[in-house]
Amino acid sequence: MTLYAALGAIEQGLVYGIMVIGVYLTFRILDFPDLTVDGSLPLGAAISAVAITAGYNPYLSLVFAAMGGFLAGVVTAVLNTKFKILHLLASILTMIALYSINIRIMSGPNIALLSADTVFDAVIALGVPPHYSGVLVFGMLAAATVVLIVWFLGTELGQAMLATGDNPQMVTSLGVNTHAIIILGVGLSNGLVAISGALVAQNQGAADVGMGIGTIVAGLASVIIGETVFGSSSIARAFVAALLGSILYRLAIALALGLEIGGFTFNPSDLNLVTAILVISALIAPNLKNRLIQR
Amino acid sequence: MITLDACQKYFHKGSVNEVFALNNINLQIKEGDFITVIGSNGAGKSTLLNCIAGCFFPDTGKITVNKKDVTRWPEYKRARYISRVFQDPLLGTCPSATIEQNLALANRRGLRRGLGRGVKAKDGELFRSRLAHLGLGLEERLLDKVGLLSGGQRQALTMLMATMIRPEVLLLDEHIAALDPKTAGKILTLTRDIVKEQGLTSMMITHNMKHAISFGNRLIMLHQGRIIYDVRGEEKNTLTVEDLVRRFYESQGEELAMDSMLLS
Repeated sequence: MTLYAALGAIEQGLVYGIMVIGVYLTFRILDFPDLTVDGSLPLGAAISAVAITAGYNPYLSLVFAAMGGFLAGVVTAVLNTKFKILHLLASILTMIALYSINIRIMSGPNIALLSADTVFDAVIALGVPPHYSGVLVFGMLAAATVVLIVWFLGTELGQAMLATGDNPQMVTSLGVNTHAIIILGVGLSNGLVAISGALVAQNQGAADVGMGIGTIVAGLASVIIGETVFGSSSIARAFVAALLGSILYRLAIALALGLEIGGFTFNPSDLNLVTAILVISALIAPNLKNRLIQR
Repeated sequence: MITLDACQKYFHKGSVNEVFALNNINLQIKEGDFITVIGSNGAGKSTLLNCIAGCFFPDTGKITVNKKDVTRWPEYKRARYISRVFQDPLLGTCPSATIEQNLALANRRGLRRGLGRGVKAKDGELFRSRLAHLGLGLEERLLDKVGLLSGGQRQALTMLMATMIRPEVLLLDEHIAALDPKTAGKILTLTRDIVKEQGLTSMMITHNMKHAISFGNRLIMLHQGRIIYDVRGEEKNTLTVEDLVRRFYESQGEELAMDSMLLS
Protein backbone atom coordinates (compact mmCIF):
# COMPACT_ATOMS: atom_id res chain seq x y z
CA MET A 1 0.00 0.00 0.00
CA THR A 2 1.33 3.40 -0.94
CA LEU A 3 1.58 6.26 1.53
CA TYR A 4 -1.22 8.02 -0.30
CA ALA A 5 -3.49 4.99 -0.06
CA ALA A 6 -2.73 4.68 3.66
CA LEU A 7 -3.36 8.38 4.18
CA GLY A 8 -6.64 8.03 2.32
CA ALA A 9 -7.68 5.08 4.47
CA ILE A 10 -6.81 6.92 7.68
CA GLU A 11 -8.76 9.94 6.47
CA GLN A 12 -11.78 7.72 5.76
CA GLY A 13 -11.37 6.02 9.11
CA LEU A 14 -11.44 9.36 10.90
CA VAL A 15 -14.38 10.85 9.04
CA TYR A 16 -16.47 7.70 9.34
CA GLY A 17 -15.13 7.41 12.88
CA ILE A 18 -17.55 10.13 13.92
CA MET A 19 -20.34 7.92 12.62
CA VAL A 20 -18.85 4.93 14.48
CA ILE A 21 -18.94 6.90 17.74
CA GLY A 22 -22.64 7.49 17.12
CA VAL A 23 -23.20 3.80 16.42
CA TYR A 24 -21.32 2.89 19.61
CA LEU A 25 -23.64 5.15 21.57
CA THR A 26 -26.79 3.39 20.40
CA PHE A 27 -25.50 -0.15 19.86
CA ARG A 28 -23.40 -0.56 23.00
CA ILE A 29 -24.44 2.15 25.46
CA LEU A 30 -28.21 2.17 24.89
CA ASP A 31 -28.44 -1.42 23.63
CA PHE A 32 -30.52 -0.07 20.76
CA PRO A 33 -29.50 -1.49 17.36
CA ASP A 34 -30.29 1.47 15.12
CA LEU A 35 -30.42 1.18 11.34
CA THR A 36 -31.55 4.79 10.96
CA VAL A 37 -27.90 5.60 10.31
CA ASP A 38 -28.12 4.29 6.73
CA GLY A 39 -30.52 7.17 6.14
CA SER A 40 -29.16 9.82 8.48
CA LEU A 41 -25.66 9.71 6.96
CA PRO A 42 -26.88 10.80 3.51
CA LEU A 43 -29.36 13.12 5.27
CA GLY A 44 -26.43 14.99 6.82
CA ALA A 45 -24.69 15.02 3.42
CA ALA A 46 -27.81 16.33 1.69
CA ILE A 47 -28.48 19.08 4.22
CA SER A 48 -24.86 20.19 4.23
CA ALA A 49 -24.65 20.18 0.40
CA VAL A 50 -27.86 22.20 0.04
CA ALA A 51 -26.73 24.67 2.71
CA ILE A 52 -23.30 25.13 1.12
CA THR A 53 -24.81 25.60 -2.35
CA ALA A 54 -27.14 28.19 -0.84
CA GLY A 55 -24.08 30.09 0.37
CA TYR A 56 -23.89 29.09 4.04
CA ASN A 57 -20.55 28.59 5.78
CA PRO A 58 -19.52 24.91 5.48
CA TYR A 59 -18.96 24.69 9.25
CA LEU A 60 -22.43 26.10 9.86
CA SER A 61 -23.79 23.50 7.43
CA LEU A 62 -22.48 20.83 9.85
CA VAL A 63 -24.73 22.28 12.55
CA PHE A 64 -27.75 22.07 10.24
CA ALA A 65 -26.79 18.51 9.34
CA ALA A 66 -26.50 17.58 13.03
CA MET A 67 -29.95 19.01 13.72
CA GLY A 68 -31.44 17.04 10.84
CA GLY A 69 -29.78 13.84 12.02
CA PHE A 70 -30.92 14.46 15.59
CA LEU A 71 -34.50 14.81 14.37
CA ALA A 72 -34.27 11.56 12.39
CA GLY A 73 -33.03 9.77 15.50
CA VAL A 74 -35.84 11.28 17.56
CA VAL A 75 -38.40 9.89 15.10
CA THR A 76 -36.97 6.38 15.41
CA ALA A 77 -36.77 6.57 19.19
CA VAL A 78 -40.30 7.93 19.55
CA LEU A 79 -41.66 5.16 17.32
CA ASN A 80 -39.90 2.68 19.57
CA THR A 81 -40.61 4.12 23.03
CA LYS A 82 -44.00 5.77 22.67
CA PHE A 83 -45.54 3.49 20.06
CA LYS A 84 -43.83 0.25 21.05
CA ILE A 85 -42.50 -0.58 17.59
CA LEU A 86 -39.51 -2.93 17.77
CA HIS A 87 -36.30 -0.83 17.64
CA LEU A 88 -34.95 -2.56 14.52
CA LEU A 89 -38.22 -2.12 12.65
CA ALA A 90 -38.69 1.47 13.81
CA SER A 91 -35.22 2.35 12.56
CA ILE A 92 -35.75 0.59 9.22
CA LEU A 93 -38.97 2.57 8.72
CA THR A 94 -37.20 5.87 9.40
CA MET A 95 -34.34 4.79 7.16
CA ILE A 96 -36.53 4.09 4.12
CA ALA A 97 -38.54 7.26 4.70
CA LEU A 98 -35.27 9.20 4.73
CA TYR A 99 -34.40 7.87 1.28
CA SER A 100 -37.33 9.81 -0.19
CA ILE A 101 -36.77 12.77 2.10
CA ASN A 102 -33.12 13.03 1.09
CA ILE A 103 -34.08 13.18 -2.60
CA ARG A 104 -36.60 15.90 -1.75
CA ILE A 105 -33.98 17.88 0.17
CA MET A 106 -31.52 17.72 -2.74
CA SER A 107 -34.27 18.07 -5.38
CA GLY A 108 -32.65 15.06 -7.01
CA PRO A 109 -30.52 12.03 -6.20
CA ASN A 110 -27.27 13.97 -5.78
CA ILE A 111 -25.58 17.37 -5.55
CA ALA A 112 -22.03 18.06 -6.74
CA LEU A 113 -19.82 20.22 -4.50
CA LEU A 114 -16.77 20.30 -6.75
CA SER A 115 -16.11 24.03 -6.76
CA ALA A 116 -17.98 24.83 -3.56
CA ASP A 117 -16.50 25.99 -0.26
CA THR A 118 -15.77 23.17 2.18
CA VAL A 119 -14.46 22.78 5.72
CA PHE A 120 -10.99 22.22 4.23
CA ASP A 121 -10.66 25.72 2.78
CA ALA A 122 -10.07 27.34 6.17
CA VAL A 123 -7.30 24.84 6.96
CA ILE A 124 -5.67 25.07 3.54
CA ALA A 125 -5.74 28.87 3.88
CA LEU A 126 -3.56 28.43 6.98
CA GLY A 127 -0.91 26.78 4.78
CA VAL A 128 -1.63 23.09 5.39
CA PRO A 129 -0.89 20.99 2.27
CA PRO A 130 -4.26 19.98 0.71
CA HIS A 131 -3.59 16.24 0.90
CA TYR A 132 -3.11 16.49 4.67
CA SER A 133 -6.08 18.79 5.23
CA GLY A 134 -8.57 15.90 5.39
CA VAL A 135 -6.64 13.96 8.02
CA LEU A 136 -6.14 17.15 10.02
CA VAL A 137 -9.75 18.38 9.96
CA PHE A 138 -11.28 14.95 10.47
CA GLY A 139 -8.73 14.06 13.14
CA MET A 140 -9.52 17.17 15.15
CA LEU A 141 -13.29 16.78 14.76
CA ALA A 142 -13.21 13.08 15.63
CA ALA A 143 -11.01 13.71 18.67
CA ALA A 144 -13.29 16.53 19.81
CA THR A 145 -16.29 14.22 19.41
CA VAL A 146 -14.68 11.54 21.57
CA VAL A 147 -13.79 14.08 24.27
CA LEU A 148 -17.29 15.56 24.27
CA ILE A 149 -19.09 12.24 24.39
CA VAL A 150 -16.86 10.89 27.17
CA TRP A 151 -17.42 14.11 29.11
CA PHE A 152 -21.16 13.88 28.57
CA LEU A 153 -21.35 10.27 29.76
CA GLY A 154 -19.68 11.37 32.98
CA THR A 155 -22.41 13.89 33.78
CA GLU A 156 -25.53 13.17 35.82
CA LEU A 157 -27.53 12.91 32.62
CA GLY A 158 -24.87 10.80 30.90
CA GLN A 159 -24.65 8.42 33.84
CA ALA A 160 -28.41 8.00 33.66
CA MET A 161 -27.99 7.18 29.96
CA LEU A 162 -25.34 4.54 30.68
CA ALA A 163 -27.58 2.98 33.31
CA THR A 164 -30.61 3.07 31.00
CA GLY A 165 -28.84 0.75 28.57
CA ASP A 166 -27.68 -1.46 31.41
CA ASN A 167 -30.69 -1.72 33.72
CA PRO A 168 -33.81 0.18 32.66
CA GLN A 169 -35.89 -1.09 35.60
CA MET A 170 -33.39 0.27 38.09
CA VAL A 171 -33.07 3.73 36.57
CA THR A 172 -36.84 4.02 36.29
CA SER A 173 -37.20 3.29 39.98
CA LEU A 174 -34.55 5.93 40.61
CA GLY A 175 -36.70 8.50 38.86
CA VAL A 176 -35.22 8.50 35.37
CA ASN A 177 -37.57 8.82 32.40
CA THR A 178 -35.98 6.13 30.25
CA HIS A 179 -38.04 7.11 27.20
CA ALA A 180 -36.65 10.63 27.27
CA ILE A 181 -33.13 9.25 27.69
CA ILE A 182 -33.48 6.87 24.74
CA ILE A 183 -34.91 9.65 22.56
CA LEU A 184 -32.02 11.94 23.50
CA GLY A 185 -29.42 9.20 23.00
CA VAL A 186 -30.65 7.99 19.61
CA GLY A 187 -31.01 11.64 18.55
CA LEU A 188 -27.43 12.44 19.58
CA SER A 189 -26.16 9.34 17.82
CA ASN A 190 -27.83 10.24 14.53
CA GLY A 191 -26.69 13.84 14.88
CA LEU A 192 -23.11 12.54 14.91
CA VAL A 193 -23.80 10.23 11.97
CA ALA A 194 -25.22 13.16 9.99
CA ILE A 195 -22.13 15.29 10.72
CA SER A 196 -20.04 12.38 9.49
CA GLY A 197 -22.13 12.23 6.31
CA ALA A 198 -21.81 15.99 5.75
CA LEU A 199 -18.02 15.74 6.03
CA VAL A 200 -17.87 12.74 3.71
CA ALA A 201 -19.85 14.67 1.10
CA GLN A 202 -17.57 17.69 1.38
CA ASN A 203 -14.55 15.41 1.14
CA GLN A 204 -15.67 13.47 -1.93
CA GLY A 205 -17.19 16.52 -3.60
CA ALA A 206 -20.77 15.30 -3.78
CA ALA A 207 -23.75 14.27 -1.71
CA ASP A 208 -25.50 11.20 -3.05
CA VAL A 209 -28.66 9.51 -1.87
CA GLY A 210 -27.00 6.10 -2.13
CA MET A 211 -23.95 6.93 -0.03
CA GLY A 212 -25.54 5.65 3.18
CA ILE A 213 -25.94 2.05 2.08
CA GLY A 214 -23.99 -0.20 4.41
CA THR A 215 -23.28 2.49 7.00
CA ILE A 216 -24.54 0.35 9.87
CA VAL A 217 -22.42 -2.60 8.73
CA ALA A 218 -19.29 -0.47 8.52
CA GLY A 219 -20.19 1.06 11.89
CA LEU A 220 -20.67 -2.27 13.63
CA ALA A 221 -17.58 -3.71 11.95
CA SER A 222 -15.51 -0.82 13.28
CA VAL A 223 -17.02 -1.09 16.77
CA ILE A 224 -16.29 -4.81 16.94
CA ILE A 225 -12.78 -4.54 15.52
CA GLY A 226 -12.06 -1.70 17.94
CA GLU A 227 -13.30 -3.67 20.93
CA THR A 228 -11.43 -6.79 19.91
CA VAL A 229 -8.12 -5.06 19.30
CA PHE A 230 -8.15 -2.20 21.83
CA GLY A 231 -10.58 -3.35 24.53
CA SER A 232 -13.41 -1.54 26.26
CA SER A 233 -12.62 -1.61 29.97
CA SER A 234 -13.65 2.00 30.50
CA ILE A 235 -15.92 4.43 28.68
CA ALA A 236 -13.04 6.59 27.46
CA ARG A 237 -11.13 3.55 26.27
CA ALA A 238 -14.20 2.14 24.54
CA PHE A 239 -14.80 5.30 22.51
CA VAL A 240 -11.14 5.72 21.57
CA ALA A 241 -11.19 2.03 20.57
CA ALA A 242 -14.26 2.62 18.39
CA LEU A 243 -12.52 5.47 16.59
CA LEU A 244 -9.31 3.48 16.14
CA GLY A 245 -11.43 0.52 15.06
CA SER A 246 -12.83 2.66 12.29
CA ILE A 247 -9.32 3.49 11.07
CA LEU A 248 -8.26 -0.17 11.25
CA TYR A 249 -11.36 -1.18 9.35
CA ARG A 250 -10.66 1.25 6.49
CA LEU A 251 -6.99 0.22 6.40
CA ALA A 252 -7.96 -3.44 6.28
CA ILE A 253 -10.41 -2.79 3.45
CA ALA A 254 -7.80 -0.81 1.52
CA LEU A 255 -5.25 -3.59 2.06
CA ALA A 256 -7.66 -6.30 1.01
CA LEU A 257 -8.82 -4.46 -2.10
CA GLY A 258 -5.19 -3.84 -3.09
CA LEU A 259 -4.29 -7.49 -2.60
CA GLU A 260 -2.87 -9.43 -5.54
CA ILE A 261 -2.69 -13.21 -5.30
CA GLY A 262 -1.26 -14.55 -8.53
CA GLY A 263 -3.60 -13.19 -11.16
CA PHE A 264 -6.43 -12.57 -8.71
CA THR A 265 -7.41 -9.12 -7.50
CA PHE A 266 -10.51 -7.83 -5.71
CA ASN A 267 -12.97 -5.55 -7.45
CA PRO A 268 -14.58 -2.60 -5.64
CA SER A 269 -17.80 -4.62 -5.85
CA ASP A 270 -16.18 -7.24 -3.59
CA LEU A 271 -16.25 -4.69 -0.76
CA ASN A 272 -19.30 -6.19 0.92
CA LEU A 273 -17.82 -9.67 0.92
CA VAL A 274 -14.54 -8.36 2.34
CA THR A 275 -16.45 -6.45 5.02
CA ALA A 276 -18.43 -9.53 6.00
CA ILE A 277 -15.24 -11.61 6.26
CA LEU A 278 -13.57 -8.89 8.32
CA VAL A 279 -16.46 -8.66 10.78
CA ILE A 280 -16.71 -12.43 11.09
CA SER A 281 -12.96 -12.64 11.81
CA ALA A 282 -13.23 -9.92 14.45
CA LEU A 283 -16.21 -11.65 16.04
CA ILE A 284 -14.65 -15.11 16.25
CA ALA A 285 -11.13 -13.95 17.09
CA PRO A 286 -11.74 -13.54 20.87
CA ASN A 287 -13.53 -16.88 20.93
CA LEU A 288 -10.67 -18.66 19.13
CA LYS A 289 -8.13 -16.97 21.39
CA ASN A 290 -9.92 -18.27 24.50
CA ARG A 291 -10.06 -21.78 23.16
CA LEU A 292 -6.36 -21.77 22.30
CA ILE A 293 -5.49 -20.49 25.77
CA GLN A 294 -7.56 -23.19 27.43
CA ARG A 295 -5.62 -25.90 25.68
CA MET B 1 -49.36 9.16 54.09
CA ILE B 2 -50.26 7.03 51.08
CA THR B 3 -53.80 6.03 50.31
CA LEU B 4 -55.34 3.67 47.80
CA ASP B 5 -58.98 4.37 47.26
CA ALA B 6 -61.12 1.68 45.63
CA CYS B 7 -58.36 0.60 43.22
CA GLN B 8 -59.26 -2.04 40.67
CA LYS B 9 -57.13 -3.60 38.00
CA TYR B 10 -57.82 -6.16 35.31
CA PHE B 11 -55.04 -7.63 33.22
CA HIS B 12 -55.83 -8.73 29.65
CA LYS B 13 -59.36 -7.45 30.06
CA GLY B 14 -61.84 -8.98 27.62
CA SER B 15 -59.56 -11.87 26.62
CA VAL B 16 -59.58 -15.48 27.76
CA ASN B 17 -56.59 -14.66 29.94
CA GLU B 18 -58.47 -12.00 31.89
CA VAL B 19 -57.23 -11.68 35.46
CA PHE B 20 -58.94 -9.59 38.12
CA ALA B 21 -55.68 -8.62 39.78
CA LEU B 22 -56.79 -5.95 42.23
CA ASN B 23 -60.34 -6.04 43.55
CA ASN B 24 -61.45 -2.85 45.26
CA ILE B 25 -58.31 -2.18 47.27
CA ASN B 26 -58.70 0.39 50.05
CA LEU B 27 -55.55 1.00 52.03
CA GLN B 28 -54.21 3.82 54.19
CA ILE B 29 -50.50 3.58 54.75
CA LYS B 30 -49.77 5.85 57.68
CA GLU B 31 -46.51 7.66 58.30
CA GLY B 32 -44.17 5.21 60.03
CA ASP B 33 -46.19 2.08 59.23
CA PHE B 34 -44.14 -1.03 58.52
CA ILE B 35 -46.60 -3.35 56.81
CA THR B 36 -45.84 -6.96 56.03
CA VAL B 37 -47.79 -8.37 53.10
CA ILE B 38 -48.64 -12.07 52.79
CA GLY B 39 -50.75 -14.19 50.47
CA SER B 40 -50.43 -17.17 48.17
CA ASN B 41 -48.92 -16.97 44.71
CA GLY B 42 -51.12 -14.92 42.43
CA ALA B 43 -52.94 -13.25 45.33
CA GLY B 44 -51.90 -9.83 44.06
CA LYS B 45 -49.09 -8.91 46.46
CA SER B 46 -46.61 -7.82 43.80
CA THR B 47 -49.43 -6.30 41.78
CA LEU B 48 -50.36 -4.17 44.79
CA LEU B 49 -46.78 -2.93 45.20
CA ASN B 50 -46.44 -2.34 41.47
CA CYS B 51 -49.68 -0.38 41.53
CA ILE B 52 -48.33 1.86 44.30
CA ALA B 53 -45.01 2.24 42.43
CA GLY B 54 -46.80 3.20 39.22
CA CYS B 55 -45.74 0.32 36.94
CA PHE B 56 -49.32 0.47 35.63
CA PHE B 57 -52.33 2.64 36.28
CA PRO B 58 -55.40 1.19 38.02
CA ASP B 59 -58.52 0.87 35.85
CA THR B 60 -60.53 2.68 38.51
CA GLY B 61 -59.70 4.19 41.87
CA LYS B 62 -57.33 6.80 43.20
CA ILE B 63 -53.84 6.79 44.68
CA THR B 64 -52.53 9.69 46.75
CA VAL B 65 -49.19 10.49 48.35
CA ASN B 66 -49.40 13.15 51.07
CA LYS B 67 -52.84 14.09 49.72
CA LYS B 68 -51.41 14.63 46.24
CA ASP B 69 -53.21 12.65 43.54
CA VAL B 70 -50.57 10.52 41.80
CA THR B 71 -52.94 8.05 40.12
CA ARG B 72 -51.77 9.04 36.63
CA TRP B 73 -48.13 9.62 37.48
CA PRO B 74 -45.75 7.27 35.65
CA GLU B 75 -43.31 5.16 37.62
CA TYR B 76 -40.28 7.42 37.11
CA LYS B 77 -42.20 10.41 38.43
CA ARG B 78 -43.46 8.60 41.52
CA ALA B 79 -39.89 7.55 42.24
CA ARG B 80 -39.53 10.94 43.92
CA TYR B 81 -41.63 9.53 46.79
CA ILE B 82 -41.31 5.80 46.39
CA SER B 83 -38.29 3.56 46.36
CA ARG B 84 -38.14 -0.13 45.74
CA VAL B 85 -36.06 -3.22 46.30
CA PHE B 86 -36.82 -6.15 44.06
CA GLN B 87 -36.61 -9.89 44.58
CA ASP B 88 -33.94 -10.24 41.93
CA PRO B 89 -30.68 -8.77 43.30
CA LEU B 90 -29.63 -8.02 39.72
CA LEU B 91 -32.53 -5.62 39.19
CA GLY B 92 -31.56 -3.04 41.77
CA THR B 93 -28.07 -2.15 40.64
CA CYS B 94 -26.21 -1.40 37.46
CA PRO B 95 -23.53 -4.06 36.84
CA SER B 96 -21.25 -2.17 34.45
CA ALA B 97 -21.11 0.90 36.69
CA THR B 98 -18.94 1.20 39.79
CA ILE B 99 -20.29 1.13 43.35
CA GLU B 100 -19.64 4.85 43.51
CA GLN B 101 -21.54 5.51 40.26
CA ASN B 102 -24.50 3.44 41.43
CA LEU B 103 -24.68 5.36 44.69
CA ALA B 104 -24.41 8.65 42.82
CA LEU B 105 -27.34 7.63 40.60
CA ALA B 106 -29.39 6.80 43.67
CA ASN B 107 -28.34 10.03 45.36
CA ARG B 108 -30.33 11.93 42.72
CA ARG B 109 -33.48 9.84 42.93
CA GLY B 110 -36.37 12.05 41.84
CA LEU B 111 -34.11 15.06 41.26
CA ARG B 112 -33.33 16.71 37.95
CA ARG B 113 -30.30 15.28 36.22
CA GLY B 114 -28.22 17.88 34.40
CA LEU B 115 -24.69 18.35 33.15
CA GLY B 116 -23.05 18.44 36.56
CA ARG B 117 -20.55 15.66 37.25
CA GLY B 118 -22.29 12.34 37.83
CA VAL B 119 -19.98 11.37 40.68
CA LYS B 120 -19.10 14.39 42.78
CA ALA B 121 -15.86 14.41 44.76
CA LYS B 122 -17.65 15.79 47.80
CA ASP B 123 -19.95 12.77 48.01
CA GLY B 124 -17.08 10.31 48.52
CA GLU B 125 -17.14 10.73 52.29
CA LEU B 126 -20.92 10.24 52.49
CA PHE B 127 -20.77 7.11 50.32
CA ARG B 128 -17.92 5.65 52.34
CA SER B 129 -19.66 6.17 55.68
CA ARG B 130 -22.94 4.71 54.41
CA LEU B 131 -21.15 1.69 52.96
CA ALA B 132 -19.18 1.19 56.17
CA HIS B 133 -22.55 0.78 57.88
CA LEU B 134 -23.17 -2.39 55.89
CA GLY B 135 -20.10 -4.00 57.36
CA LEU B 136 -19.22 -5.70 54.09
CA GLY B 137 -16.02 -3.78 53.41
CA LEU B 138 -17.55 -2.18 50.34
CA GLU B 139 -16.33 1.25 51.46
CA GLU B 140 -12.87 0.23 50.24
CA ARG B 141 -14.22 -0.81 46.85
CA LEU B 142 -15.92 2.37 45.59
CA LEU B 143 -14.30 1.99 42.16
CA ASP B 144 -15.16 -1.69 41.71
CA LYS B 145 -17.83 -2.58 39.20
CA VAL B 146 -21.04 -3.80 40.82
CA GLY B 147 -21.11 -6.77 38.45
CA LEU B 148 -18.23 -8.19 40.52
CA LEU B 149 -20.30 -8.32 43.71
CA SER B 150 -22.29 -11.29 45.00
CA GLY B 151 -26.09 -11.32 45.06
CA GLY B 152 -26.15 -10.57 48.78
CA GLN B 153 -23.72 -7.69 48.44
CA ARG B 154 -25.75 -6.30 45.57
CA GLN B 155 -28.97 -6.54 47.55
CA ALA B 156 -27.34 -4.78 50.51
CA LEU B 157 -26.17 -2.07 48.14
CA THR B 158 -29.69 -1.84 46.70
CA MET B 159 -31.11 -1.35 50.22
CA LEU B 160 -28.65 1.47 50.72
CA MET B 161 -29.46 3.02 47.34
CA ALA B 162 -33.21 2.84 47.96
CA THR B 163 -32.77 4.85 51.15
CA MET B 164 -30.03 7.32 50.14
CA ILE B 165 -32.79 9.87 49.72
CA ARG B 166 -35.57 9.31 52.22
CA PRO B 167 -38.61 7.82 50.46
CA GLU B 168 -42.20 8.37 51.58
CA VAL B 169 -42.55 4.63 51.32
CA LEU B 170 -40.06 1.83 50.80
CA LEU B 171 -41.46 -1.13 48.87
CA LEU B 172 -39.75 -4.46 49.45
CA ASP B 173 -40.94 -7.15 47.07
CA GLU B 174 -39.69 -10.43 48.56
CA HIS B 175 -36.29 -8.83 48.62
CA ILE B 176 -34.59 -11.71 50.44
CA ALA B 177 -36.26 -14.58 48.61
CA ALA B 178 -33.43 -15.12 46.13
CA LEU B 179 -30.67 -15.19 48.74
CA ASP B 180 -29.19 -18.06 50.75
CA PRO B 181 -30.59 -18.28 54.32
CA LYS B 182 -27.57 -16.72 56.01
CA THR B 183 -27.38 -13.77 53.61
CA ALA B 184 -31.15 -13.41 53.74
CA GLY B 185 -30.93 -13.07 57.53
CA LYS B 186 -28.29 -10.38 57.20
CA ILE B 187 -30.32 -8.38 54.68
CA LEU B 188 -33.39 -8.71 56.87
CA THR B 189 -31.50 -7.34 59.88
CA LEU B 190 -30.17 -4.56 57.69
CA THR B 191 -33.72 -3.80 56.58
CA ARG B 192 -34.93 -3.63 60.16
CA ASP B 193 -32.04 -1.34 61.14
CA ILE B 194 -32.45 1.06 58.22
CA VAL B 195 -36.22 1.27 58.62
CA LYS B 196 -35.87 1.90 62.35
CA GLU B 197 -33.02 4.37 62.05
CA GLN B 198 -34.73 6.55 59.47
CA GLY B 199 -38.24 5.92 60.75
CA LEU B 200 -39.26 4.81 57.27
CA THR B 201 -42.73 3.90 56.12
CA SER B 202 -42.46 0.54 54.40
CA MET B 203 -44.22 -2.45 52.93
CA MET B 204 -42.58 -5.84 52.78
CA ILE B 205 -43.87 -8.86 50.88
CA THR B 206 -42.82 -12.13 52.41
CA HIS B 207 -43.69 -15.80 52.23
CA ASN B 208 -42.27 -16.41 55.66
CA MET B 209 -45.12 -16.24 58.20
CA LYS B 210 -42.69 -15.81 61.09
CA HIS B 211 -41.14 -12.78 59.46
CA ALA B 212 -44.60 -11.48 58.66
CA ILE B 213 -45.47 -11.58 62.35
CA SER B 214 -42.19 -10.47 63.88
CA PHE B 215 -41.55 -7.58 61.51
CA GLY B 216 -43.43 -4.33 61.41
CA ASN B 217 -46.51 -3.01 63.17
CA ARG B 218 -49.13 -4.12 60.70
CA LEU B 219 -49.90 -7.15 58.57
CA ILE B 220 -52.17 -7.55 55.57
CA MET B 221 -53.17 -10.74 53.82
CA LEU B 222 -54.23 -10.73 50.20
CA HIS B 223 -56.32 -13.26 48.38
CA GLN B 224 -57.59 -13.05 44.81
CA GLY B 225 -56.76 -9.38 44.61
CA ARG B 226 -58.53 -8.43 47.84
CA ILE B 227 -57.24 -7.52 51.29
CA ILE B 228 -58.86 -10.22 53.39
CA TYR B 229 -57.09 -9.56 56.67
CA ASP B 230 -55.56 -6.40 58.12
CA VAL B 231 -54.21 -6.37 61.69
CA ARG B 232 -51.99 -3.99 63.58
CA GLY B 233 -50.45 -3.24 66.93
CA GLU B 234 -51.22 -5.47 69.91
CA GLU B 235 -53.46 -7.79 67.92
CA LYS B 236 -50.69 -8.42 65.43
CA ASN B 237 -48.10 -9.02 68.11
CA THR B 238 -50.15 -11.81 69.64
CA LEU B 239 -50.68 -13.58 66.33
CA THR B 240 -49.24 -17.04 65.88
CA VAL B 241 -48.20 -18.77 62.72
CA GLU B 242 -51.12 -21.19 63.28
CA ASP B 243 -53.57 -18.28 63.31
CA LEU B 244 -52.23 -17.05 60.03
CA VAL B 245 -52.25 -20.45 58.41
CA ARG B 246 -55.87 -20.97 59.52
CA ARG B 247 -56.83 -17.61 58.04
CA PHE B 248 -54.96 -18.48 54.93
CA TYR B 249 -56.86 -21.69 54.34
CA GLU B 250 -60.19 -20.34 55.47
CA SER B 251 -59.85 -17.74 52.77
CA GLN B 252 -59.45 -20.47 50.22
CA GLY B 253 -62.22 -22.60 51.74
CA GLU B 254 -59.80 -25.44 52.23
CA GLU B 255 -59.31 -27.83 55.10
CA LEU B 256 -56.34 -27.61 57.38
CA ALA B 257 -55.16 -31.11 56.68
CA MET B 258 -51.89 -29.82 55.36
CA ASP B 259 -51.09 -27.92 58.54
CA SER B 260 -48.40 -30.10 59.95
CA MET B 261 -46.64 -30.37 56.65
CA LEU B 262 -46.68 -26.66 56.13
CA LEU B 263 -45.40 -25.89 59.61
CA SER B 264 -42.62 -28.43 59.72
